[in-house]
Amino acid sequence: MTPIDFRTEAKNYRHWRIETEGSVARLIMDVNETGGLFPGYALKLNSYDLGVDIELYDAIQRLRFEHPEVRVVILESGKDQVFCAGANIRMLASASHVHKVNFCKFTNETRNAMEDATEHSGQTYITAIKGTCAGGGYELALATDYIILADDGSSSVALPEVPLLAVLPGTGGLTRVTDKRNVRRDLADVFCTIEEGVKGQRALKWRLVDELVAPSGFEQAIATKVAELSASNPDKTDQTNQPNKRGISLSLLKRDISDTEIRYSTLSVTLDRDKQVVTINLLGPLDKDELSLELLADQAEQFWLLRLCRELDDAILHLRFNEPELGTLVFKSSGNIEQVLKYDSFIREHLDNWLVREISLYWKRTLKRIDLTSRSLITLIEQGSCFGGLLSELIFSADRAYMLEGQYEDDERPPATLVVTESNFDLYPMSNGISRLSTRFYGQLDDLESIKATMNQPLDAEQCDALGLVTFIYDDLDWDDEVRIFLEERSSFSPDSLVGMEANLRFAGPETMETKIFGRLTAWQNWIFQRPSAAGEDGALKRYGSGKKGQYDSTRI
Amino acid sequence: MSSEAISYDTLIPNNVDLSSDRRVLKALEQWHPKYIDWWKTMGPEGFQEASVYLRTAVSVETVGWAKFDYVKMPDYRWGILLAPQEEGRKIPFGEHKGEDVWQEVPGEYRAMLRRLLVIQGDTEPASVEQQRFLGATAPSLYDLRNVFQVNVEEGRHLWAIVYLLQKYFGRDGREEAQELLRRRSGDPDVPRMLGAFNEQTPDWLSFFMFAFFTDRDGKMQLESLAQSGFDPLARTCRFMLTEEAHHMFVGESGVGRIIQRTCGAMTDAGIDDPFDIEAVRQLGVIDLPTIQKKANLHYSLSLDLFGSEVSTNAANFYNASLKGRFKETKINDDHKLIKATYPVLKMIDGKFKFVDEPALTALNMRLRDSYVDDCAKGIKRWNKIIENKNIAFTLSLPHTAFNRKIGEFSNFSVTPVGEILDTKQWQSLHTDFLPDTEDGEFIASLMKPETQAGKYANWIAPPKSGIDNREGDFEYVRLS
Ligand SMILES: [Fe+2]
Ligand SMILES: [Fe+2]
Repeated sequence: MTPIDFRTEAKNYRHWRIETEGSVARLIMDVNETGGLFPGYALKLNSYDLGVDIELYDAIQRLRFEHPEVRVVILESGKDQVFCAGANIRMLASASHVHKVNFCKFTNETRNAMEDATEHSGQTYITAIKGTCAGGGYELALATDYIILADDGSSSVALPEVPLLAVLPGTGGLTRVTDKRNVRRDLADVFCTIEEGVKGQRALKWRLVDELVAPSGFEQAIATKVAELSASNPDKTDQTNQPNKRGISLSLLKRDISDTEIRYSTLSVTLDRDKQVVTINLLGPLDKDELSLELLADQAEQFWLLRLCRELDDAILHLRFNEPELGTLVFKSSGNIEQVLKYDSFIREHLDNWLVREISLYWKRTLKRIDLTSRSLITLIEQGSCFGGLLSELIFSADRAYMLEGQYEDDERPPATLVVTESNFDLYPMSNGISRLSTRFYGQLDDLESIKATMNQPLDAEQCDALGLVTFIYDDLDWDDEVRIFLEERSSFSPDSLVGMEANLRFAGPETMETKIFGRLTAWQNWIFQRPSAAGEDGALKRYGSGKKGQYDSTRI
Repeated sequence: MSSEAISYDTLIPNNVDLSSDRRVLKALEQWHPKYIDWWKTMGPEGFQEASVYLRTAVSVETVGWAKFDYVKMPDYRWGILLAPQEEGRKIPFGEHKGEDVWQEVPGEYRAMLRRLLVIQGDTEPASVEQQRFLGATAPSLYDLRNVFQVNVEEGRHLWAIVYLLQKYFGRDGREEAQELLRRRSGDPDVPRMLGAFNEQTPDWLSFFMFAFFTDRDGKMQLESLAQSGFDPLARTCRFMLTEEAHHMFVGESGVGRIIQRTCGAMTDAGIDDPFDIEAVRQLGVIDLPTIQKKANLHYSLSLDLFGSEVSTNAANFYNASLKGRFKETKINDDHKLIKATYPVLKMIDGKFKFVDEPALTALNMRLRDSYVDDCAKGIKRWNKIIENKNIAFTLSLPHTAFNRKIGEFSNFSVTPVGEILDTKQWQSLHTDFLPDTEDGEFIASLMKPETQAGKYANWIAPPKSGIDNREGDFEYVRLS
C-alpha cells in the first residue's frame, strides 16, 4: 500500500481554497466527493476524511507563513446547502481502529493549530455557517473564535454522534461546548442528543453560536465582524520593524524514503523492523554565518530551524500513520552544540519578528505533537550530540533519557553535554500549559531552581544525573548493553498498556482544554470505538446508512 | 369502522374530538390568528373579500364529505379530518412490521417523525404563496375558483400537519408549527425548505404544470406516509389524498385545455406545422414546443423533490416503519427489504447504467420511478388531444438526468433525450429545452383576466363540465 503522504501545497488541493484579500482570508471548504483518500466511500455533503484534513492542516500552516499579513480567516463552505457534515461515516465504519484513532488525533491537532494561530499569531479564525453544520463540521467551527449562523429557518449546528452513531463528538466537541463556549451542561446534554441539531434563536440563546443573521445580511455581518476584529486584534509582532511584511513560500517538502531509512535535510530516520525501533537523528545546523534577521529573510524556508520543524513534523506524522508497529522512537542528535545555542538565543531575542515568532510557535507545536505520539519516546545523549536549549526539549519530552558518561576509547570527541536555557522554562509549553521541565519537576520548585542556576552552562552526565535531567547515565563499558536490553524489554511489553501508561505519566500537572480533549474525550472515544454498540457487526457505526438501527449492549460499564 | 361525530361546537370542523382536547385546542387557538394573518398577507392577493364557490371538507364519509357553497376565503372553515380509523391495523412494513400501529409517537422516533412532518408541512403553505398573484390574470371565473380551491385545501393540509405537530410533539411541535408560518417561498432570508417551492409561478401555464407535476410529488409523498406505522399520520395523509386528487385534476385538465385550444386554433387557421412558432403565437395561443419546455422545467424541478437516489434518511424512515413505499400493501415481498436490491440509474464513466443498490437505501429512487410512471399516464392523455387534431407533435417526459440539481446527475448537463453535454454546449443549447425570457414574455402577454361568467380567455378551451355539475355560465366567483 502506498503510504499516506502529508506533504501537499495549495495548488494540489482538492477540497479547499484559500482566497486572500489584504488582511482577510477566506478558507473555503468544497470537498470533492470522489476525492477520498481510500476507495469505498464518497465524500458527500462536505464530509471529510484524513485527506481533507491534511489539506486543512497545510492551509493553516501556509496562512501563517505565506500570508502573515492576514489578520482574520473566515472559514466557510463552498457548497450551497451544507457547511460540513462532519467526518465521513462510511470511512469511519470501514477504517481500522488504528486509523480512526490516529485520524482523530491529527484532526484534533489541526483544530488546536487554528486556536494557536488565533491566540499567538494574530490570525483570528471565524466561521460563517450557511446550511447544516454537523458533527466534525461543528467541531471545526468550535475551534474558531466566533461563529455566525444564518437565520434562514434551516441552517443548524449539531453534534449528532450519540443519537446517530453511538459514538462521541470526539474531536473537541464536548469539551469545547462546555469549556470554551460555556454552554450550560444540561443544555449541552440536550444539544448532544438531538440528531437534527439546533438552529435559529435557540442556537444563539444556548451559546452554540455567537451571532444569528438573516441570509440577506450574511455577507455584511461577516464584513462587520472582520472589521471589528481587524481593529481590535493588532499584529502581535512589531510592524514598525517590518513595514512590508511579506510571507515566505513553503515549497513541497523533499525527502528520500526507503524501507529502512528516511532522509531529510535536518534529520535521518532509521527503521529497525526486527526490533520495532525507529531512530531519529536530528542534525544540527551546519552554517557558519552569524545569525541575523537579514540572513533569515534571505534563507526563508531554508532556515535550519524551520526546515527541522517541517521535517520532524512530517516524519512523526508519517510514522504514526504508516508505521504503526514500530513502537519505540529513539531521538538522537549530532552537530555543534554552540551553533544550536546560537539559534536558541537568536529566536529568543527576535520574537518580535513575525517569522522568528512563527518558527518558534511551529517548534512548540511540533514538540506537542511528539508528546501526543503514542510510542515510547526515548532520548539518547551521546558523544557528538548537540542537545542545547530548544533541542533539549526532546530530552524532557521523552519517557526516558539516557546519557553517556565520559568517552569511548576510540572516539576523540568530547564527552556529551547538554545545555538548559531560558527557552526550556517559558518558550515551549506542553498542552497542559506549563513547560516540560515544570511538568517533569511538578511541585518540586527547589529542583527547578537548582536547574535554573545552571542555565547556559554545558552540563556533563554526572551533573545531569544529579539535577535529574536524565534518567540514567552509563559509561562506555555499559552503554551499548544497557540501551539494547532496555529497548528489547520495552518491545516485549503490551503496546496497549504502554500507550496508556505513557500517556498518563507524560502530562503531570494542570488540566487544560487541550489535555482534556486528548486525555479524556478522545480516550473515551477510543474506547467507544472498540465497543460493540458502535463498532460491532450490528453496531450503529457499521449499520449506518443501511436504514437499520444499531444494536446496543445495554450493560452500563 | 368507526368515525367520531364531527364537533361543530368549535371553530374547526374535525373528527378528532377537538373540543375535549384542551391542550391542542389551546395551541391551535393561539396558532389560528397567526394563520389568518399569514393567509391575509400571503394568500390570494386582491380576492380576500370575494365570495368563492368552494367545497369544504366536513366529514370523512366517502359520500358527502364535502359541501359546496359561497364563502369568503378568510372565513373558510379549515378543518382537521383524519380518515376513519381501521380497527386492528398492523404496521405494514419495516422493523416493526406486524406490530399494532402506534397511536402515540414512540420516543425513539420522535425527532425523525417530526422532521418528516415538517418537510411535508412546509410544502403546503409554500404553494399558496407561490400562487398568490395568479388571481389577477385568471382566464375565467371557473379557473379562478379552481386555484382558490387548491389554495384553501393546501391551507387545510397545513392545518392537518400542524394538528399532528401540536398534538403529538409537545413544545418542539408548537415551535415548528410557528416556523411553518414564518418561512416564505422564495424569500432569501427565510426560504421554504425544498427548491421547487421557492420557484415562481409567473403564469397560468406554470400553475397548471405545477399542479400536475409538483402536486403529484406531494401525492407520492402522502401515499408513502399514508402507510406509516404512526396511525394518526397515516389517517391524516389518506384524507389529504382525497383533496390532492382534485389538484392534479386541475393541473392535468388545465394543460389539456390549453393544448386543445392551441390545436383547435391551428386547425382553424390551417397551420399544420407545430414548429412554426411565430405563426401559432400570432393566433394568441401557446405553441406546443413551448408547452413541452414548460413541462421539461416543472418535471425536472419536481424530480429533485425526491432527494438523492440513494439515501440513508429514506432507509431510516422505512426501517423505522415511518414512511413506506407507494402502494406498500400491494407489493409482494417481505416488506422489510433486508436483502433486496433495487436498480438505481447512475452515470458511470460517462454512460448511464443501472446499479443494484440495497433496496432500503434506494427508496427515493423507487418512489421516483412510481412517480415517473404516474406522470407518463397524464402525458399520454395530452398526446391523445393532439392526435385527435392530427397534428404531428408528441409531448414527452425528458430524461430523468435532465436539468437536475440534486442527486446522481446534479453535476452533469444532459439533454431531454439523454445526451451528455459539456458546460459550453449546455450554455448554448439550454434555451432549446427550457423556457427562456422571450417565451415567458409571450405567455405573460396572454395573461389578461376574463371575469365574465361563462367566458374563457382565447388561449384556453372551456372545461367539459362544471364544478359541482354547475352549468356553463355559473358565477364561480362573485367579485366584491
Ligand atoms: Fe397539499
Ligand atoms: Fe396539493
